[in-house]
Amino acid sequence: MSDIPILTLMIFIPLIGVLFLLFIKGDTDFVNKTSSRVAMLTSIITFFASILILKNFNYLDAGFQFVEQHDWIVDFVNYKVGIDGISLSFILLTTFITPICILATINSVRDRLREFLITLLLMETMMIGVFCSLDLFIFYLFFEAGLIPMFLIIGIWGGEKRVYSAFKFFLYTLFGSIFMLVAIIYIYIDAGTLDVEKLLNIEINKDYQKYLWLGFFASFAVKTPMWPVHTWLPDAHVEAPTSGSVILAAILLKMAGYGFIRFSLGLFPDASIYFAPFVFILSVIAIIYTSLVALVQNDMKKLIAYSSVAHMGFVTIGIFVFNKQGIEGSIFQMISHGIISSALFLCVGVIYDRMRTREISHYGGVVNSMPKYATLFMIFTLGSLGLPGTSGFIGEILVLIGAFKFNYWVAFFATIGVVLSACYSLWLYKRVIFGEIKNDQIKNLTDLNKREYIILTPLVIMTLVLGFYPGLLLDLISSSAGKVSENMINYMNISTYIK
Amino acid sequence: MNDFQNIYPELFLILILLLFLIVGVFLKNSFIIIKKATIFALLFCIPIIYLNFDNQLLVFNNNYSINMFSNFIKIIILISSAFSLIFVGQYFKRIKIDKFEYMILILSSTIGMFIMVSANNLIGLYLGIELQSLSLYVLSSIDRSSLKSSESGVKYFVLGALSSGLFLYGCSLVYGFTGSTNYLIISENFSTNSLGSIFGLVFILVGLAFKVSAVPFHMWTPDVYEGSPTSVTAFFSLAPKVAGIGAFIQILFIAFKPAFEEWMTILIFISIASMILGSVAAIGQINIKRLMAYSGISHIGYALAGLAPGTIVGISATLTYMSIYVVMNIAAFTCILFLSRDRVYYEDIRDLRGLSKNHPLIAACFCVVLFSLAGIPPLAGFFAKFYIFKAVIESEMYLLAIVGLISSVISAFYYLRIIKIMYFDKKIDKFDDMSGLGVKLSLFTSTLIILFYFISPSFLVNLSDMASKVFS
Repeated sequence: MSDIPILTLMIFIPLIGVLFLLFIKGDTDFVNKTSSRVAMLTSIITFFASILILKNFNYLDAGFQFVEQHDWIVDFVNYKVGIDGISLSFILLTTFITPICILATINSVRDRLREFLITLLLMETMMIGVFCSLDLFIFYLFFEAGLIPMFLIIGIWGGEKRVYSAFKFFLYTLFGSIFMLVAIIYIYIDAGTLDVEKLLNIEINKDYQKYLWLGFFASFAVKTPMWPVHTWLPDAHVEAPTSGSVILAAILLKMAGYGFIRFSLGLFPDASIYFAPFVFILSVIAIIYTSLVALVQNDMKKLIAYSSVAHMGFVTIGIFVFNKQGIEGSIFQMISHGIISSALFLCVGVIYDRMRTREISHYGGVVNSMPKYATLFMIFTLGSLGLPGTSGFIGEILVLIGAFKFNYWVAFFATIGVVLSACYSLWLYKRVIFGEIKNDQIKNLTDLNKREYIILTPLVIMTLVLGFYPGLLLDLISSSAGKVSENMINYMNISTYIK
Repeated sequence: MNDFQNIYPELFLILILLLFLIVGVFLKNSFIIIKKATIFALLFCIPIIYLNFDNQLLVFNNNYSINMFSNFIKIIILISSAFSLIFVGQYFKRIKIDKFEYMILILSSTIGMFIMVSANNLIGLYLGIELQSLSLYVLSSIDRSSLKSSESGVKYFVLGALSSGLFLYGCSLVYGFTGSTNYLIISENFSTNSLGSIFGLVFILVGLAFKVSAVPFHMWTPDVYEGSPTSVTAFFSLAPKVAGIGAFIQILFIAFKPAFEEWMTILIFISIASMILGSVAAIGQINIKRLMAYSGISHIGYALAGLAPGTIVGISATLTYMSIYVVMNIAAFTCILFLSRDRVYYEDIRDLRGLSKNHPLIAACFCVVLFSLAGIPPLAGFFAKFYIFKAVIESEMYLLAIVGLISSVISAFYYLRIIKIMYFDKKIDKFDDMSGLGVKLSLFTSTLIILFYFISPSFLVNLSDMASKVFS
């Protein structure tokens, strides 16, 4: 097992799929059909590769496993990949969501389907690469390279204002990332290495830690997104095609949360402690403000997008309370949000494909013509507001417990967010699903078809399974998350910023 | 007489040039033959130089240096000159400038550039610059029937002559205050306390900055780029810039080494100004050649930023940057030369609408090139910028790095705009498909290099490290 470079293989399987896709020739129908099959097959193989890794993964080891290292740029960067429990959970999320995305794409995208699938598979490579990389330079490469396919997805297959949204997405993220690049170069010059495993064990000059932390923060805050740099997200979500939104919500946003845990906490513990109150303030504002904004949205996708910002606020709070519950909770929350929000976007996609509008006011009484759809939508809505029994609950409660331990007021404001999230989710559900039938179009809606069932069922299962048996995920992340938090608590005891 | 043995690449090109001149005069319709022969001769020169890559000689009484640095730059110059003939395809014929003089001028300017980068003497440098520039003036107005082309030739000539005058004045000041025109003697006698020599230094830098079109001496660039025939514009954006940077390095790191602090300030200013102006001014451009002119200005800003720290790492970063820049520009101009329909060449970026549907392969290549010019990983352009910023941050010049990065975000905007036009906008008519072998060859090789540079980035870096060690 240890001889096979399984991580590298998993990173590059989607690229092999892309190669195959490039060489498909024939008329449009044939190309579309074959390329959907090839893409589907590729993503499923990738998923099985990740399951194989999970099977061979040692749950008790908090360090990095499956580490591979090769010389790349001499004396500067090694190609180094490896995973711990935290990265593996995100990799599983990625490989789980991608086939669903591809399935959702196949029938809803008609124009240039093959190119769309190519960009999706490219995205998958970049995303797995981000979570695997154990070298800052490699991490940056994957982190940034993901911009290109996403830009094209929004720009080519997006809605009316797609150009504006694509540009906004690209420039915002690029602008955030350049500061991270400066910080990475500085770390290299200061520490002489970019190897994450080595960097975790040496202490970076305390005087500079704060600047470096800010450099990383600029990039992650834009990507998370945190208030006030979140404005690209609603635009991007609204204009992106359904599967683009799913990738964006489920995985792209998680790169930043992962980055916070792995790099901000791991490399700059001192600065993280120093800046924790700052993060709390931004997160609390994000939770309350964006929840309120979500309440008044007319567009369903926009509402879900704002709710994503609020949920990510919980995540950042959980990360920066530094105790085990907080960090575990935020990872759990990210995974659960990845599943639930992508399900919500897919649900919106389902009725959008039929009605060609996302305006909430055009809907009402959908339950009459689509009862099964209404049930599934209900489960996801409840999951999103954190009802016990769904995965959303576990994440939120863990974060809140962690927050109460750390600071009473942060927890208090975060709890207000929980109430608000119930408001906007339920209100959205009420307006769309219940009430009188608004127009004939709704009367004639057909319920879910087979393909849509196949897409949504795994997500329902995961939402409920994680809700009733959180140990499935918590066991996986517990030792690595414990290590991160232990390290942080050690620093806090000697830190001068607290007490 | 012995010294001539060591400059055989130059001698070879001169002999070829004279031969082709005679052939061209006596043979009717010799355009195609001479073009092919010139490409062959230029490419043939590369292995000649590469075989003796690690020569380290000072010939002609220390006035002409042949070393790894000059060889490295010469190879890039040869590649760019050759490719600027290869990727042109049918262009010459179509706009009726298929005259053999074109090749003669390219050859003579190439020889001029060789002398520029090898010169170890101000007089030699001046002769090289003039040989190169005079050929370029003529080249830019080679399309005699076009008003714009003639205008750009005159503009270029007048401003170029002015800058040469300034340069020469600088040389005379430096000569007066240090007692020699030889770089080595200048660096021995250069005194930073003497106002005269500092003035000379400034004038020389102004002259060189004009040649590489760095702000604030960039005014001629957009007009000349727009007016000249596209094939000439492509040549302008490649070889002369590399040669100019080569001359910059040679003179700064040998002759003016003692005045490091003085020229560092100037370089920082020039580089910041070029990066910002290049990125901001390009936003409003709709003519793609003007846009490439401003893009070139900002790229020169990055290249000079690598020199500003005055370190060996910086030189190496600049050399890497220029090599990748050349590859990217070759690809970009191949795409631009592709835009013709019914014998008319289009230069408005809005004419690129729907390129992705009509010519998916060309559009995909152009898209890769533009992302690379914008410096998005994992494409070659990112690595180029990365080395520069690494060198700059290593010398703790954070302001320069931050300004550079911010302007790279700004410049991403206009590159993205072209991609937007190609991919997001509705399609219009197809362009003529006139992809000959040369066009395909240059487009695909350069795109593949850009795309897969990340597999083995060390090769180029090692070469430029070796080349820059000359100055340690």
